[in-house]
Amino acid sequence: MSVIHDGLIITKRQLLQLSRVPEVLIFSTIQPVMFVLLFRFVFGGSIETAGGDYVQFLMPGIFVQTVSFTLAGTAVGLAEDMTKGLIDRFRSLPIARSAVVLGRTLGDATLNVVVLLVMGVAGFVVGWRPTSGGLSIAAGFLLLLSFGYAMSWIGVFVGLSVRDSRAANGLVFIIVFPMTFLSNAFAPTSNMPTVLQYVAEWNPVSTMVAGCRELFGLPNVFGVTANSWPSQNPLEMSLIYMLIIMSVFVPFSIRKYMKASAR
Amino acid sequence: MADTIIAEDLVKTYRNGEVRALDGLNLSVPEGSVLGILGPNGAGKTTCVRVLSTLLTPDSGRATVAGIDVIKHPDQVREVIGLSGQYAAVDETLTGWDNLVMFGRLYHLGKKSAIARADELLEQFRLTDSAKRPIKTYSGGMRRRLDLAASLIVRPKVLFLDEPTTGLDPRGRIDMWNVISGLVSEGVTLLLTTQYLEEADQLADSIAVVDHGKVIARGTADELKDQIGGDRLEVSVHVDDMNVAAEVLARLGGEVHRDEGLHRLSIGVTNGSAVLTEAVRGLDAVGVKILDLALKRPSLDDVFLSLTGHAAEEEVQS
Repeated sequence: MSVIHDGLIITKRQLLQLSRVPEVLIFSTIQPVMFVLLFRFVFGGSIETAGGDYVQFLMPGIFVQTVSFTLAGTAVGLAEDMTKGLIDRFRSLPIARSAVVLGRTLGDATLNVVVLLVMGVAGFVVGWRPTSGGLSIAAGFLLLLSFGYAMSWIGVFVGLSVRDSRAANGLVFIIVFPMTFLSNAFAPTSNMPTVLQYVAEWNPVSTMVAGCRELFGLPNVFGVTANSWPSQNPLEMSLIYMLIIMSVFVPFSIRKYMKASAR
Repeated sequence: MADTIIAEDLVKTYRNGEVRALDGLNLSVPEGSVLGILGPNGAGKTTCVRVLSTLLTPDSGRATVAGIDVIKHPDQVREVIGLSGQYAAVDETLTGWDNLVMFGRLYHLGKKSAIARADELLEQFRLTDSAKRPIKTYSGGMRRRLDLAASLIVRPKVLFLDEPTTGLDPRGRIDMWNVISGLVSEGVTLLLTTQYLEEADQLADSIAVVDHGKVIARGTADELKDQIGGDRLEVSVHVDDMNVAAEVLARLGGEVHRDEGLHRLSIGVTNGSAVLTEAVRGLDAVGVKILDLALKRPSLDDVFLSLTGHAAEEEVQS
């Protein structure tokens, strides 16, 4: 299939970039590790979590936060290609329409594999011990990678719409930051005002975090929303969210790419 | 000879029709020839290239490249064209070699052929020494050469160059001209846009002057110069004498063009030497001191001015 072939060449280009400018890879792994350490040791003592110490509660949250920010990586990368005229060049080549964006999202997914691995090790060093079986843990990481991949497709749309890498970065922070904090990622929702508990309950980040906690062998604790469907079925709800994101943003993003223009 | 590029009545509007980037543009470029599209910023040059190179769909009109319909079969058009835009569209973090191999692979060359073609092009464009350096470290001229090389990977039949020398220093520009002339001698059909009259004069077989999204004149450089008729008489006078001198010259014929900055007046003339004498007498009679006087063959600048009423290189708000 030529889409896959062309897409992989774009992915390879991105990996080649990383090898030419290794700082990018280093910083994009240091940042989440720094978050692990900060939350573990700064907030760890003051946030009460049922069932186990804070690091068990924290790790799934930080994993989800990190893969959510794939949106930023993809958006900034594509916005840069756009301003530099590379998208124009790619579009003048006889390649499949989805190849460039497909390659980009696959590249960012590959980067996520490395980042999650490093974070997992860092978590282990500071005391993270998932208690479920190997298969469940693997499923957890697969879920995280899939969510990162779905977020990456939103990033394609944002990057091609905003056309400026700084603007793209700014916009993504406005979207993703509140999303990750208005959730159960860093603190249990049970202490939030009731209205916010409902918002957090339906937040895809929350269902993802709850799903991962389940897969890593940690019981979930909910406040007023304990009996709701997303709280009861976080894994299913997460998969539904991913399906929705992909079925909306894959066609939209490819359309956007076809009409993309630098000015 | 058949026309390799044909554009008929191309229209492209932006902002709900407020801006007509292309307003019924017609073009044809015979096989193996060079058409220079000349026009100020905002005239529609880039939009024209973007439509012909399949990056943009026009609102209406028809265009074919190498006999293929641009709107109906963009994929097939992409197989036979090369495009080099206003800026070097290459990955700056990668080396020149990396870039050419990547683009070669995207043109579906095998790994070996992509590498061989990259080496060949780097040699041809005198970039072999910098092949393994990131593009970030290249000079503007080197970037443009690499960008051009990237558009030549599969030896396209038709090449679009959008302002290939904008932003280059004079040396880089002459360098680029030599490279382009070399390509033309190999038989590629070339459409190039430029806002530099000298560049069109140097490189193009035929020139299309574009303004407000339309071709307003067409021909060789000489034909265009003949169109505005004969030579031009230029007189420089003291700033206080401008009005008086203009009156005198107006009596000798034609419209007087005033360049306030240079205190220079010019008129189109047909029988140059006779008018020259009359002008000297006339100006002397009203007591105007002539600072400089010259009879000139029109430049493309003059052509542009007489066709559009504004200079080619000035910024035009669209």
